[in-house]
Amino acid sequence: MAKAAARKSGVAAPSVERRPALAGQELSATGVTLAVLPPAERISLRAPDASVAALSKALGVTLPRKPKTSAAKAGRTALWLGPDEWLVIDEVGRDPLADCAEVTVLHSAVGISHRNVAISVTGPAAAATINSGCPQDLSLDAFPVGAASRTILGKVEIVLLRTASDAFRVECWRSFSDYVFIFLSEAAGDAAA
Amino acid sequence: MLLIRCPYCEEERPELEFRNAGEAHIARSADMAATSDDDFEKFFFIRSNPKGIIYERWRHMHGCARFFNAVRDTVSDRFLMTYKAGEPKPAKLPGAAK
Repeated sequence: MAKAAARKSGVAAPSVERRPALAGQELSATGVTLAVLPPAERISLRAPDASVAALSKALGVTLPRKPKTSAAKAGRTALWLGPDEWLVIDEVGRDPLADCAEVTVLHSAVGISHRNVAISVTGPAAAATINSGCPQDLSLDAFPVGAASRTILGKVEIVLLRTASDAFRVECWRSFSDYVFIFLSEAAGDAAA
Repeated sequence: MLLIRCPYCEEERPELEFRNAGEAHIARSADMAATSDDDFEKFFFIRSNPKGIIYERWRHMHGCARFFNAVRDTVSDRFLMTYKAGEPKPAKLPGAAK
């Protein structure tokens, strides 16, 4: 009892301050750098064909219709995940959920900003690092710059986006972010060797 | 590792992204309450389990997340073809040993 009370008094006043998982963590190995990216606004968007044009207009980015592609404009990226499913990421603080709310056509937009953590993997050994747990072909022919796909890394599901020929954005669920970062850290050491 | 062609992603993807979802083309009765016990047993429990060509449902779980159908040979485990959910059984199979 006394112990519990002592522990309690040591805690600062309750706050609603946001504490992102793994905030600011970084790792550098030969040929590859991992960095946890700052928080971003994200939505999971489902919509039928008929709604895509109106949603693209409201979001200010054309929702891609081709498998494994993405579209980006003014800090906002739309990733094709399925025939009627997109992940929209906004890195400049404009909430895409608010933009979708103004659209009257049929769609489902769910805010998942806090659900995901993004990790950037950059450097000449970036593809080799991700390939240590991801079975997809990440050569530039099969997975060009701008390609995006939901896939797996080790035991967990990730969304992978190629932002440059030697840079990837790995999106994973917050509760898996520890696993993903440690997995990539180990892989970075192996990829460098 | 097997490569399975997803008809929605329009390319071959590694098998780790997929889940099998049982036999395909099993129609659920529109009026389940009127189904006799024998018919229900056939619908619910009895599967063809052939040696050779089987029609299966698969799901691209860690990809586009869509269900689709696949034709597979249970002897060689080779995927003969895949097609979108809702499409009829293909009349001709490519590369079938006949």
